[in-house]
Amino acid sequence: MMLRVEGLDVFYGDAQALDGVALDVPEGSIVAIIGANGAGKTSLIRTIGGMIRPRRGRILYRGEDIAGWPSHRVCDLGIGQVAEGRQIFPTLSVAENLEMGALLARARALRNRNRERVLALFPILAERARQAAGTLSGGEQQMLAIARCLMGAPDLVMFDEPSLGLAPAIVQDVLATIAELNRDGLTCVLVEQNVAVSLRLAARAYVLENGRVTLSGTGGELLADDRVRKAYLGL
Amino acid sequence: MSGVFTGAVRPGAWVFLFIFLAALLVAPFLANDYVLTILILILYFAYVGQAWNIMMGFAGQLSLGHAIYVGLGAYTTAALYVHYGVGPWIGLIAGMAIAVACGALIGFLAFRFGVSGVYFAILTIAFAEFARIGFDHFGWVGASGGYFLPVAQYSHNDVWNLRGKPIMFYYLMLALSMAAFAICALLLRSRMGYFWQAIREDEEAARSLGIDTFRYKMYAVTISAGMTSVAGMFFAFYYNNLFPEQVFHISRSIELILGPIIGGIGTLFGPIVGAVLLTGLAEGLREIMDYFGYDAPGAKQVFYGVCLLVVVLLVPNGVWPPLARALRLTGGERRKTGEGHAGRETGEGRDR
Repeated sequence: MMLRVEGLDVFYGDAQALDGVALDVPEGSIVAIIGANGAGKTSLIRTIGGMIRPRRGRILYRGEDIAGWPSHRVCDLGIGQVAEGRQIFPTLSVAENLEMGALLARARALRNRNRERVLALFPILAERARQAAGTLSGGEQQMLAIARCLMGAPDLVMFDEPSLGLAPAIVQDVLATIAELNRDGLTCVLVEQNVAVSLRLAARAYVLENGRVTLSGTGGELLADDRVRKAYLGL
Repeated sequence: MSGVFTGAVRPGAWVFLFIFLAALLVAPFLANDYVLTILILILYFAYVGQAWNIMMGFAGQLSLGHAIYVGLGAYTTAALYVHYGVGPWIGLIAGMAIAVACGALIGFLAFRFGVSGVYFAILTIAFAEFARIGFDHFGWVGASGGYFLPVAQYSHNDVWNLRGKPIMFYYLMLALSMAAFAICALLLRSRMGYFWQAIREDEEAARSLGIDTFRYKMYAVTISAGMTSVAGMFFAFYYNNLFPEQVFHISRSIELILGPIIGGIGTLFGPIVGAVLLTGLAEGLREIMDYFGYDAPGAKQVFYGVCLLVVVLLVPNGVWPPLARALRLTGGERRKTGEGHAGRETGEGRDR
């Protein structure tokens, strides 16, 4: 197992955000996490990424317990994250934003190759290279956020709501890109409001409710599950 | 990194810079004593403005208590000189070390415990106030009665002991300002400079990209503190007297950040342009008022206030960015302010 989470408890002060969460991410797969707002999806990603310290539990990455590591060490292991809300650097140019993703030791040597790769994936970013990132459209900013993360040469990327606030046509593009990256070998953890699409893409999926995993299975199993269909697909 | 990178200085700017420098080099031979003191003041503010700009302009950490680093550098070098006869350049090593330690302490307390933004600024004010009150009761360096360096008429300029005529201090500050500019230019284009800008723009995003934000914010504070303490040495040996109420007072902290704010926070030339404009115009205003026989002691403060208002209203990113564009000097030393303005001025980045 590439990433295994066991018994993860996360608190914000007295409020418990995650309660004994367990999760497996096999190498080369897409794992979807679904749940309502406030269920703990973002907390889970941020805890794995080292942005929040868990109170209890283990996060095993390739067998090593990384729970409580600071984010820069987690990134150096090859775990990337594309945060919710397209956290790009608005006054820096698109090119500078991309270079920012490759400043870490592990990515510096591969910078040129990775730049070619992400610009091939998102040609629009090459056209807009000199433009301030804040002037891009929402979809382009999301592409930049993904591209910047890929510049860090990650083996595993956690996407937090990559389609949030995007036009439907762009949503398809973004999700198709994630599927394409996965075909090229990238392991993905996908938090997505677009439940139907993400379950179709996912090898495994977990349902989070009030900080607990209440349901898990293959994407197909969850798509067929009555509770999922009622609660998340509106069927 | 290819030519796509912005912020590169165009050849035209180098010519401009060269002429500017040449003018500064010969200025003391053309200026009278009064103009020379003003030029020294301008260079002083250009220097401390650049040092402050590293912390605020590059790394986005607002310090409103930078007077503490000036004061620590000033008092340490002065005390070592008066008490033990240690020359200022040697004393500066101790002064810098103390200022850096102080900056590191403030930074550690703030960044370790998540104090940021306005609260960080308040913490910097608090430390400067502690220092002011502490030095007010610090008998070894004269407490509130002030601390004085021996003053004598010097027939020659002794750079090693910083005893000499104003022209020596002019060239000292000119050298320091140029060195600060070179350091800032190098830092801004370094890996660390990019980490700082990432932190300034969006600290969360910087963390999620794997930047050790604590470490790089600490570097920004300590480098800025160390550079600022050098200005303290100048301050002590140029003015020959130090009073806690003046040296550490918050108005000193505010005074030294006005230049970069008016010139352009986060730009390389902003603090210099700001110092020239602010100090130059304020003194010019006084001259004009003197000429017409007016004597208004508060006029300078009012003038500072008016300048700040005009800049905030008309050129919120400072005078330098639009000036540079108008003169076609830079390839794109764009706005480098915090994220607060980001949404408002889309298109700013397409200035080439």
